[in-house]
Formats: sequence, structure tokens, C-alpha cells
Amino acid sequence: MKSKFLFVLLLVGIFTLSLAAPLKIAFIFVGPINDNGWTQAHYDGGVLAIQKAFGNQVQIKYIENVPEGSQSLSVLRALASQGYKLIYATSFGYMDQVIQAAKEFPNTIFEMCSGYATSTNLGEYFGAMEEARYLSGLIAGSMTKTNKIGYVAAYPTPEVVRGIDAFTLGVRSVNPYATVQVVWTYTWYDPPTEKEAALSLINAGCDVLAQHQDSPATIQAAEEKGVYAIGYDSPNMGQFGPHSYLTAPIWNWAAFYVPNVKSVLDGTWKPTFYYGNMADGLVELAPMSNLVPPQVQKLVNAMENEIKSGNFDPFEGPIYDQSGKLMIPAGQRATLDQLLSIQWFVQGVIGSIKK
Amino acid sequence: MNDIVISTFAGAIRAGTPLLFATLGEILAERSGVLNLGLEGMMLMGAFTGFSISYITGNLWLAVLAAILVGGLMASLHAFMSITLRINQVVSGLALVFLGQGLSGFWGNAYVGMQANSFQNLKIPLLGDIPYIGPIVFNRDILVYIGYISVPVIWWFLYKTTAGMNLRAVGEAPDAADARGINVILTRYLYTIIGGFFSGLAGAYISLAYTPMWVQNMTAGRGWIAVALVIFAIWDPVIALIGAYAFGGISVLQFSFQILQVPIPVNIMNMFPYIFTVFVMLFASSNRIKKLFGAPSALGVPYSREEKT
Repeated sequence: MKSKFLFVLLLVGIFTLSLAAPLKIAFIFVGPINDNGWTQAHYDGGVLAIQKAFGNQVQIKYIENVPEGSQSLSVLRALASQGYKLIYATSFGYMDQVIQAAKEFPNTIFEMCSGYATSTNLGEYFGAMEEARYLSGLIAGSMTKTNKIGYVAAYPTPEVVRGIDAFTLGVRSVNPYATVQVVWTYTWYDPPTEKEAALSLINAGCDVLAQHQDSPATIQAAEEKGVYAIGYDSPNMGQFGPHSYLTAPIWNWAAFYVPNVKSVLDGTWKPTFYYGNMADGLVELAPMSNLVPPQVQKLVNAMENEIKSGNFDPFEGPIYDQSGKLMIPAGQRATLDQLLSIQWFVQGVIGSIKK
Repeated sequence: MNDIVISTFAGAIRAGTPLLFATLGEILAERSGVLNLGLEGMMLMGAFTGFSISYITGNLWLAVLAAILVGGLMASLHAFMSITLRINQVVSGLALVFLGQGLSGFWGNAYVGMQANSFQNLKIPLLGDIPYIGPIVFNRDILVYIGYISVPVIWWFLYKTTAGMNLRAVGEAPDAADARGINVILTRYLYTIIGGFFSGLAGAYISLAYTPMWVQNMTAGRGWIAVALVIFAIWDPVIALIGAYAFGGISVLQFSFQILQVPIPVNIMNMFPYIFTVFVMLFASSNRIKKLFGAPSALGVPYSREEKT
């Protein structure tokens, strides 16, 4: 009798414990959480937003500075075997290792940012930064006096090329005479090199700079030389250029992370390819600084509404490449597959993609 | 076109200055026989210290001084490990890199995204008005001028003073130097630490003048370029100056070339300095040529009176 009572007690105990046991979530980051850029955006929109939304229903761990490539596999394995049931890998370079870990730990859910592989327990997520890039292009095209705009770019990956194209389409829609000069730095993150790239563009006559880099060095160069600059990743970059910073296309990852965690808690999670956009709130244009004239702000806000409502898409034909070849016919929009593998520049870009 | 010429040369000096400081310091350390591969770590600590002290106190000179001292402190750790404990110098130097990266990243967290006082350009009267030369050479921040002055001072010291001769003797033939009454251990400690001073200064230049801010790993491998530059310069301060500005010039020119659409791939341009370095190393590998070039014979070899080699 007594043993039966104990057994029931034990069952009740296990039951309440399993109810109370929080979902263990882990993040692996490629950089430090306060980089004012990519990783910080994932930390703020991921770790902090999830904690705030779900409180003690979740238990979150994050690991910073995990190198891309083979070393990340041991980190993923360690996390999975410590009982983390939902693991977010936040950089493209983890993809092969995430695929491997997802095979080894079929009961753990993996989510991979900016990759393209999915499986039964592996989902992908990324977003249409091109929409915010397009809007920032409207501003650049409106504000240039020399009709020369510079773009400090990291590597010619589809993500970066897509951003340059969308930006240029925005520039040319308000200023068909303007060109966008691209220089490649071949680094995501090297402040002095980024600054030299920015200065070389300014010397070549560019009076508005945009960037796909993770440090505020471009804005610093623009501030020094008295030209305008558009940031990336973080609205905090603005403080490096009180007389130059216009705006920045930024990520709001909470729009993905919070519903995603909810679906895991509810048991409705499915491995999908999530590609969020401005309408979803995943991609935003940071508040424009008061250097942007009111009529330009009005235009940008109007176009933002058009994009959000789906009436307009930056990659709507006719779109021509640099050589004048028709790439997207009138009335058509680029497919997601086309965008994810894009390796050509639109008309108006000066620069080349090395093969 | 004039603008591009001026900005390219000016950029070469700007990008070359941190390389110059780190290289000069390492030349002194290696001339005494101590190989310190930890330049990157010392530069990072210098960059972090300089920025944080400037942020806290607003005093740029205090910031630079602190950066220099921290560089020296890091180097004294290397000196202790490699001279006193006679640990493998390569291992100890690498440890210094990771230590510098870790500590500066950890302590630097609070300063990311902050703004602090930074060095501004200081035009030298008359000289600054010379066409071309003026804006390129004589309208710079004061740390760049310190770079100019360091080169002849170190050259004169190395080749024209007794202390400089003693330093070279310790790196060439520590036994003989010891027999002549030169304190080998003390000399090596001294110049390893002075080498650290220069690396700290190199870091401070990056965070206080070049790109005035602090972000993790902001030296982005420049410490390693300086290690290569020492060999490129065959341990000579004057060639180090030419090499540092040339290396710096290439890092600026790659962008001008992209804009002017010169059909030389960026990757090839970035490779040039290393090709030269490999070239020098190939030639310097034979003992006779090594002598000719002036590579310190006892470089990387710990000294001990008991274990004569």
C-alpha cells in the first residue's frame, strides 16, 4: 500500500517536473554579442526577446565567437548532448556542421540562419534585407549631388550582391543619372581596411556611401570628409556620424525567434525555409536622421507601405544587368531562388563580380 | 588625378604607421635574439588600453603612455617565459596573441560603440605648404611624426652607439658578448620590453588616430604583417620604413585600382608583400647570405651560461 502511494507520488512528481522543465535553447554566435552588428542583432532579437516573451518556460544558453567550419561541430554536439532541444546556428559558415549534427541528434531541433539545407529536424531562416536596401537607395539617390554613390562591400556572395542590386534599383528609381561604385574589401570586419575603402570612394567623388560591413568605419570616414553615409545592422552606428549618418537597413530577428520558439513549445514546429520581410517586421529601415529632407522621408515611408502591402517589389521587371541584357522581364518579379543565387549587377552599378 | 595621387600616398603612410611601429619594436627584440610572435596580442592590448584611457580621462597622452606600458607589460611576460624559463619562443609568442585577444575582448566589452578623444591632423608650418609633399607628409597627426623620427633614431642607436653594438652582439654571439661583460639576460629583457612598447603604440595609433573607436580584434592581423615585415626589412629600421609604407600603400591602392578598373585582382595585390617576404626568407636561408643580410644568428635561441651550444 505504502509502495503504491510512493509510486503515485513519484508519477505526480515526474509529471509536474516535466511540466515545469523549461525548454532548453542554445545559440551559437560567430562574434561577440556587443559587436554593434550582426551578432548583437541576433542576441537582442533572439536571447533577450525570447527570454522576455517566455520567461521561465525557457532556459537559454549562448556561446560567442564560435569559429565557422569544422570547430563548430564539437560545440553543436556538446550542446545537443547537454539536452538543448532547440539550437540556433546564426552564421552561414556553420551549415555543413549543422547538417551533420542534425543527423546525429534527431530529437534536437536545429535552426540555421542564411543557409539553404533543411531536413526533418533542421529549419532555415533568413530575410529580405533587399527591401530595406531599396529604401535606403531612394534616400541615397535623392541626396547625392555628384551623382556618384559609393558602396563598401565585403565579399561577392549572393547576399551582398542582392543588397547592392536592390540599393541601386532604389537609387536609379529616383535618380537615373546616378551610379553606384562598388569596392570589395574581402573582409566582413576590419575597421582600418573598411575605412581605406570608404576614403578611396570619397576621393573618387562619391558623396553618399553605403556599406555591407560590420564596423562603423565607413561612417567615420564619411563624417571626417563631410559626405553622407548609410549604415548597416545596427542603428547605433549613427553615433559615429552625427553630420553624416542618414539611416541603416537593420534586422529585427525577434519577428522570427519569438514565433519560432512558440511553435516548438506548442509542438507545432515544422522544418521550413523562413524568409521574412518588412511586412513580417523582420527587416526594417532604422529611423531616418534629420539630415534626410522631409519630402524624401515622405517618399520612403510611402514606398515602405507599398512594399509591406505587397503592391511593390524591388525586383520587379524590367530589370537589366550591367551590359544592358534584360534579366527580369516587365511585369515579372524575381523568384526567391533567383534572388538567393544572384551573381549579376543591375544597370547603374560600377564594379565587377570576380568569378 | 592629383587628388588620387595625394590620397594614395597619404593613405600609404596612414596604413603603414601601425605596421612601422610594430616592426621597429620587433626589430629591436629580434636583434637581441628574442623572437616575439605576439605582436598582434600586444597591439590589441595597446589599442584597447589607449582607447579606454582616452575615454575615461580624456587625456590622449596619458592614453598613449598607458598603451605603451601595457605593451611592455605583455612583452615582459614573453621575456620571462622565453629568457628566464627558456620556453619555446614561438609557443610563448603565440600564447601572447591569444592572451591579448581574449583580455582586450573581455575588458573591451564596455567600450564598444563609445567615442573618445582622438588625434587630429597637425599641419607643420611652411613644410605643410609644399605642393604634394606637404599634404602627404607634413599634415598628419602627431603619432605619424613620431613614426618618422623613430626611424633615424633607432638606426643611429643600432649602428652608431655602444649600446646598439652591444644589442647586436647579444643577438649575434651571446657567448662572446657575455665574455666581454655584457649582461645578455638583462639586454634581452630590455629590448623585448622596448619592442612591446612599440607594439602598444602601434595599437594606440589604430584606436586613437586611424579608426578612433574600440571593437574586438580591430587590429585584424596587422601584427602578423609586422612579423613578416621584420624579415622583409632584413632587420633594418630604414628598410622597415620603406616596407611598412609600401605594405600600407598596397592596402590603399587595391581600392583605387578597383575604382580605376585596373585589371589586377585584389587578391594578387594583397599577396605581394608576402611574396617578397618569402623571397627574402628563401635567400636568407643560406648562412652566408644570412650574414650578408644581417639576420641575428642567435635569433630564437635561449641563452644559458651552463649549456653552451
